[in-house]
Amino acid sequence: MPADDVMIRFDKVVKRFGDNVVLRELDFQARPGEHVTLIGPSGSGKTTILRLLMGLERVNGGTIQVGDEYLSHMRRGDKLVPADERHLRKVRRRIGMVFQQFNLFPNMNVLRNLTEAPISVLGQPREQAEARAKELLDMVGLAEKLTANPAELSGGQQQRVAIARALAMQPDVLLLDEVTSALDPELAAGVLDVLRDIARSTDVTLLCVTHAMKFARDISDRVLMFDGGKIIEDAPPAEIFDSPREARTRDFLQSVIET
Amino acid sequence: MFDNFELFLTTLLRGAPLTVAATGGGIVLTILLSFVAGLAMLSRSRWVRFLARVYVEGWRGTSEVVQLFWIYFAVPLLVGFQLVPLWAGILVLGLNHGAYGAEIVRGAVNAVPRAQHEGAIALNLGPAQRIRKVILPQAFVEMVPPFNNLFIQLLKSSSLLSLITVTEITNQGVQVLVPNYTGQALTIFLIMLVLYLILSLVITVVMRLVERWAARVAGRPATARARVTGELGI
Amino acid sequence: MGGWDWGFVSQIMPTLLRGLLVTFEATLLGSVLAFALGLVLALLRRAGIPVVSRLVWLFIEFVRSTPLLVQLYFLFFVLPDFGIRLSSLTAGVIGLGVHYACYTAEVYRAGIEGVPRAQWEAATALSLPRHRTWTRVILPQAVPRVLPALGNYVISMFKETPLLLAIGVIDLVGAAKEAGAGAYRYVEPYTLAGLLFLLLSYPAAVLVRRLERRVGH
Repeated sequence: MPADDVMIRFDKVVKRFGDNVVLRELDFQARPGEHVTLIGPSGSGKTTILRLLMGLERVNGGTIQVGDEYLSHMRRGDKLVPADERHLRKVRRRIGMVFQQFNLFPNMNVLRNLTEAPISVLGQPREQAEARAKELLDMVGLAEKLTANPAELSGGQQQRVAIARALAMQPDVLLLDEVTSALDPELAAGVLDVLRDIARSTDVTLLCVTHAMKFARDISDRVLMFDGGKIIEDAPPAEIFDSPREARTRDFLQSVIET
Repeated sequence: MFDNFELFLTTLLRGAPLTVAATGGGIVLTILLSFVAGLAMLSRSRWVRFLARVYVEGWRGTSEVVQLFWIYFAVPLLVGFQLVPLWAGILVLGLNHGAYGAEIVRGAVNAVPRAQHEGAIALNLGPAQRIRKVILPQAFVEMVPPFNNLFIQLLKSSSLLSLITVTEITNQGVQVLVPNYTGQALTIFLIMLVLYLILSLVITVVMRLVERWAARVAGRPATARARVTGELGI
Repeated sequence: MGGWDWGFVSQIMPTLLRGLLVTFEATLLGSVLAFALGLVLALLRRAGIPVVSRLVWLFIEFVRSTPLLVQLYFLFFVLPDFGIRLSSLTAGVIGLGVHYACYTAEVYRAGIEGVPRAQWEAATALSLPRHRTWTRVILPQAVPRVLPALGNYVISMFKETPLLLAIGVIDLVGAAKEAGAGAYRYVEPYTLAGLLFLLLSYPAAVLVRRLERRVGH
C-alpha cells in the first residue's frame, strides 16, 4: 500500500501495563475515509489502540503513523526518537476522540465545550467557532441546548454533544471508544443514529470500538476481531458476522448476542 | 463585673483594624503562595517540584513563633534593615499558611477525575490550557472548605503578632487592659474571645458564599456540606 | 553584627537543649490531656442528651475559633482572680490540652462514625453484647483510622508549644529568646531553634504520612 493511501499505520506495536502485555507486535492499517470497527472480548486491547492513537498512552515498542507522520516518534536527523509533547500536539490535531463516559467539561456550557478548543488550539475567531458549533449541534439534534450545562443533559444528549465537540476540531480521524456502553438502550439508539449520519455524510476516518453489533455491521467497511493482543480476523462485516472463519470469533459473537 | 464593659470593648476594638489588616494581608499572601507552590508541586520539572517541596516542608516543619521571631529579630541582623512589625507579621502568616494551602491546591487538582484531563488532551489543549480552563475551575470548589479552616487558623495566628508589638486585639487586651484593671481579667478576656469568634464567623460566612460561587463555576449543583470542621492534615 | 558565630552556638546549645526538654514535657503532657479529654468530649456528644451534646458542641466550636494564645493568657490571668494559682507550665499544659482536645474530639467522632452502620447491624444480628461490639468490632476498625490524625495533632502541638513563652515558660524558643537577648545576637538562637523543630517534626510527619497511607486514608 503506498504511503499516501494510509491514514493510520501500526507497525509491530507493543504495549505493556506492568507484566501484562496488551498488544503483541500489532500491525494494522486504515485508509483515509475508511470505517473500521474493532470487536473482541474485554481486555483484548481494543481501547488501548484508541488511547495510543490519541496519545493518552505511550507505546513500549514499534511505531504508529498518522498520515505520513509518526505519532509515537519523531525524526531527529535520520533517527527516530520518542515523540515529545510538542510533536504529539502537532499530530494529535488530526485526531478526535469520543469517550465512553463523554468527558464533557462540567465547568463550561454546551457552546463553550464546543468552541473552547477551536478558539484556543486552532486559533479560530470566536464568531466562526460559534457558527460552526451551532451547525454541529443542529446536526446532532441539540440546537436548543446551546446554553445548557452538561449536568442538565441526559447521558445520550451529553454523548451527542461530545461527538459534536470532537468534530468541531475537524479531525481526519475520529476515535469512538464504546460510546454507547454507558447509555440505556433507548438513549444509545439516538447516539448511533447520529454516528450513522456522520459515517454517511463525511469523509472522516472512523475507528470504532463497540459492542453494538448491528451498528458495527451498518457502518463498517472492515471489522477486526481482536483477541490476546492480536488481530485474529480481518474482514468485511457481512463476512465476519455471517460466516466467521475463526472459532474464537464465532464464540465471541455468540456470547455478545446472548447477553 | 461589667462596670468597665464599654471601656474594655472600645479599647479592644481599637486593636481590631490591625487584626483585620494582618489577617486580610495574610490571607491574600496565603492564596498567592498556595497556588504558586501547589501548582509547582505538580510541575513536570523535577527541580520546580523539589523547590516547592522544600518551601512547603520547611515552613510546615518549623514553628510559627520561631518563624516570626526569626523574620523580625534575626533577619534584620543579616540584611541590615528591619521590617515594620505588621509587615513582618503578614509575611510570616502568609508564608506559613501558604505552605499548608499548597497541599490543599495540589490535592484538589489531583482530585479532578483523570477523564477530564483526557478529555482536554483529546481536544489538543496544551498543559497550561488544560490546567487553567478545565482543571482549576473544577478544583476550586474542592478547595473552599479546607481553605476556610486554614483562614480561621490564620486569624488565630494573627494574635502572635502581639508578641512583636503589633497593637492588635490580643496586644490591646494583655498589654493595655490587663495590667491596669486587676481583678477584671475575666471580662476582658471574654470580650476578646468573642471578638475572635465573630471574626471567624465572618470568614466562614464569606467562604460559604465563595463555595456557592465555586460550585457554579465547576458546573455542579451546590452540595449540602457538613459543618466545616475538617482536619488540617499537618 | 550578623554573620554566624560557632563559638556562640556551642555556648548557647546547652541552654537550648534544656529548653527543648521543657518543650517535650509540655507536648507530652498536653497530648495525654488532649487524648483523654477529647475522648470525654466525643462520648459526651454521643451520649444522646440533647442539652449536653449541644453545650459540648458550642464549647468545641468556641475553643476552635479563638486563638490558643488568648486562651493561655486567659488561664494565666483569669484563674488567679478566682484563687486558682497555676505554675506557668501547668497553665500551658492545660491550655494546650484543652485546645487540642477540641480537635481530637472530632477525630474520635469521625473515627467512630467512619465505621459503616452495617457493622453495627451485623453485630446486632449476631446478638453480640454491647461492650463486645465496641471492643471486638467497632474500636478495632476505628482506632487505625484515628491514629494518623492524632499523630498529626501531636506534631502541631509540638510546634505550638512556643506560645507558652508568652506566659513565662522557658521552652526551646523561650530559651533562644533569653540567650539572644543576653548577647543581642538573634541569628544563631532562632535559626537553631527553627532547625531543631524541623529536624524533629519533619521525620515525625513523614512517619505519620506513611501510617496514613498504610491505613488507606
